[in-house]
Amino acid sequence: MSELLAQFVNLLGALLLMLAFAMISQRRILTLINLFTLQGLVLVVSTAVVGYVTGQPHLYLSAGLTFVLKVVLIPVLLHRIIDRLEIRWDVETLINIPTTMLIGIGVVIFAFNLATPIAMLSTSLARGTLGIALACVLLSFLMMITRAKAVPQVIGFLAMENGLFFAATSATYGMPMVVELGIALDVLIGVLILGVFMFQIREQFDSLDIRHLEKLKDQ
Amino acid sequence: MNIYGVISQALEIVVALALAPLLTGWVNQWRAWLQNKSAPSLWQPYRVLHKLFNKDSVVADHASPLFRAVPYIVFGCMALASSIVPTLSTDLPLAPAADAIALVGLFALARVFISLAAMDIGTSFGSLGARREMLIGFLAEPALLMVLFSASLISKSTSLTTMVEALAHQELAIYPALAFAGVAFTMVSLAENARVPVDNPATHLELTMIHEALILEYSGRHLALIEWAASLKLFAYSCIGLALFFPWGVAEADAPLALLLALPVLVGKLAIGGFLLAVLETLAAKMRIFRVPEFLAGAFLLAVIGMLVHILLAT
Repeated sequence: MSELLAQFVNLLGALLLMLAFAMISQRRILTLINLFTLQGLVLVVSTAVVGYVTGQPHLYLSAGLTFVLKVVLIPVLLHRIIDRLEIRWDVETLINIPTTMLIGIGVVIFAFNLATPIAMLSTSLARGTLGIALACVLLSFLMMITRAKAVPQVIGFLAMENGLFFAATSATYGMPMVVELGIALDVLIGVLILGVFMFQIREQFDSLDIRHLEKLKDQ
Repeated sequence: MNIYGVISQALEIVVALALAPLLTGWVNQWRAWLQNKSAPSLWQPYRVLHKLFNKDSVVADHASPLFRAVPYIVFGCMALASSIVPTLSTDLPLAPAADAIALVGLFALARVFISLAAMDIGTSFGSLGARREMLIGFLAEPALLMVLFSASLISKSTSLTTMVEALAHQELAIYPALAFAGVAFTMVSLAENARVPVDNPATHLELTMIHEALILEYSGRHLALIEWAASLKLFAYSCIGLALFFPWGVAEADAPLALLLALPVLVGKLAIGGFLLAVLETLAAKMRIFRVPEFLAGAFLLAVIGMLVHILLAT
């Protein structure tokens, strides 16, 4: 039974990776937010399953926290932001999407290679998922690099945090509760501040394109 | 080779030939229902085939012999393909003739010939369709191969019958690699069978059609054979999908009674699969042709990542 549940956690990790790829290849902001919500949901389920298998009740708490934060609160905030900024559709990428995906696969191979020797040292339940979590982090990072607009960059940042969280739960059975609460609060505040930033950027330049920020440099 | 093997092989070919138009009819019926249209009868594809076989075949003046031969080649390829895929039984005397890689080659052979025939007449629609078909084909083929490789990494064989036996018999285990492969396979089979996000099987709107543009010049029994081959291709792809991802219920060697049970199981699985295909087609909008490479590159990457994940998690 525990073996099967460990495989289930592996499957959820694979789903997380699939969603990270879907986010990279997505052009529409609205779908991007929905994918992010789905990723949060997968994270909740995997945290709860790891908590059940290892019998650590504090993981249930962190699953609940993730649910409130990443499935409900942050997506609602993001929806509100894009409604008020009226940017539902357009996402402009700096590199075209097939190329991004090819780079993405290189990133995945790199992450898997890097994680395999580390996973050998671990004895935890789903140690294979460390590579997947690392790949998710790097893919979200890639997404932040290849997007020109502010909102997809914020979503990339949040997805990166998802990957880190998954690495923490699957490889080391979760961070201490204090750290987790701190990170959760940080992410929430980060979204709020970035939301304010986005309004400021648009007010200043009439666009959310980050490249305009380069004009702020001293000549 | 024993008598049961021969019987199950013969039965499988007959079932494939007979059921393939029914599957097409089933999908079309659900598509119409889901789009709030009045649906054609389930037997409509048979009626179309009957009508076409009774009509005279008209061939253009400057058509080469290749043009006449292609419907038979394509039909032969598809019939052979659907007899290799284990649908009812894994005890198939024909199965050693071709493993999963050769099966992909068989589909490629049919595609090359139908594209040649489309260019043979020299109409602009024919060559337009042929180019688009080859574009989709060369992107879809590696993705399909990667999907099959993921499954053969798990079962350690490229023979489809061995794969089905291995996948159906192992103890219950979850393979994330198969989840990736399943998504990739769905995307590839939508593209290969000219279904909605890539091509619309019901369209005759000149600028967007792919499959229909290829067969525009055919009529009569030639067209009937090609339509039948298209149904067989959908049937074969559905059966590959079922064999890889839902292999339960397929009969094995020396189990003649299981063969009786295998047919209703197959029909049930195909009915569900056909319904899901219709739902997918209704939900999706046809994409621009220039988005198709992106779509298929996505399928290829998913399949490759499936393999990588399998290697990572197996260590």
